[in-house]
Amino acid sequence: MKVEDVPQDARFFQNSVARDVCYALDEQGNYQAVVSMGWDVKADALQTVLDDVEEQCEPIRQRVLRHEVSPLAYHMEKNLMDIDMLADNSGISKRKVKKHMEYDEFQKLDRETLENYAYTLRISVEELLTVPNNK
Amino acid sequence: MELDFTHKPAGHCENGVTANMLRYYGFDLPEPLIFGIAYGMFFSHIPFVKLAGLPVSSFRTFPGALFSRATSTLGFKTTTERFLIEENAMKRLDQKLEEGVPVGCVVGMYYLPYMPIEYRFPFNGHNICIVGHDSASDSYTVSDPNCTEKVSISRKDLLKVRFTKGGTYPLFGQMYWIKEAPKQLPDLKPVVLKAIQKNCWYMSSIPSFIPFFGVNGIDYLASRIPTWKERYGERKAALNLAQIIRMLEEIGTGGAGFRFMYGAFLQMAAQITGEGQFREFAQRITAIGDNWRAFASDAATIFKRRKDACTYEHVAAEIAEIGKLERSFYNDLAKVAKEVKL
Repeated sequence: MKVEDVPQDARFFQNSVARDVCYALDEQGNYQAVVSMGWDVKADALQTVLDDVEEQCEPIRQRVLRHEVSPLAYHMEKNLMDIDMLADNSGISKRKVKKHMEYDEFQKLDRETLENYAYTLRISVEELLTVPNNK
Repeated sequence: MELDFTHKPAGHCENGVTANMLRYYGFDLPEPLIFGIAYGMFFSHIPFVKLAGLPVSSFRTFPGALFSRATSTLGFKTTTERFLIEENAMKRLDQKLEEGVPVGCVVGMYYLPYMPIEYRFPFNGHNICIVGHDSASDSYTVSDPNCTEKVSISRKDLLKVRFTKGGTYPLFGQMYWIKEAPKQLPDLKPVVLKAIQKNCWYMSSIPSFIPFFGVNGIDYLASRIPTWKERYGERKAALNLAQIIRMLEEIGTGGAGFRFMYGAFLQMAAQITGEGQFREFAQRITAIGDNWRAFASDAATIFKRRKDACTYEHVAAEIAEIGKLERSFYNDLAKVAKEVKL
């Protein structure tokens, strides 16, 4: 790869300080380190995986709207966690996490527990309380 | 309190932390040289080790190996510690920073606040270097090789990333630092030659009945890809392929990136050893890296479900070709490295 061919396809890095560093050949045929904004092929691969997650979440979202499961179940799947990880990272017992997957149980939670779940899933409490309504 | 630490971004996190740390102790070695000396190039495709339900491929050596190999070969003394009690892990970190020692930490990606949200994956093998602590805001200054500048992280978040549970493997607040730097570096010529031979050995000398590692792994991947559609169905097969590309290019700058980095290393090796042939080998590995990139582009047409998409057989053939090129590359390179007189 030549220096001028290093891809600079801004997508996920757009608003962050994160970058890739590529090694590429300059005009003299010597390797140089070049900072890259990203590459479409890479971003597409990541997007494919994220789209798939979204697809998996759709039936769960429907169930939340029918009040069969809690929004926590949706956000757990959406944010790539499972019950074990959610329990371990929040410090809430697995038994309780499972209970909070039920719609009615989830509605009873206090602010502190909600904040803990929101932090563990890296979303806001407001996001945690609902699911996106129409798609 | 912040150490006088020069931060430079790098292609790969562990190389980057190592390079930045060595520079702090007065030894400015470029990233590719560290990667080469630590014989970091590798390949593995292990279908039964799964990450989020998909087989794992890796284009680099084991986490932690780069730092320990590079520093020990160059005559540095280092320490690594793990913790069971979270508070102790933070106290020890504060103490080392007070002593003026930059500390490398193995962390999970999921809770890193400064990374784009799309990169929030449960991957517990990222390396960062802590270089300062501000007691007023109780936040830490971080040199993360994936970032163009130093970033800051709160104590709460740092604790969280050091002890992220689940994912690839549980973390125990693992931290490492340089205990003692040598007065001067050893003669690099024998070091470089030995590292080249070792890397060639790792890639090409694993017996063929172990199909998962080294060039065998590349051949194995090539033989598996055409079976995916039948084995997993259309959707999962495409996901598998996307996963390979992510491993290839994302988590640790993978396949093509490492091939180019090794090319840069071979150019440096040519200069250090005075053996001009290494420059030709740099060209060969560059061509191989370009092939990896072409494979990635073609694979993308499949998982994006484009109308003019390539077939699985086509991309598998590309990998098989790469496997062939890499095998002869390592064999030839090992021969040349062996013959250079010290």
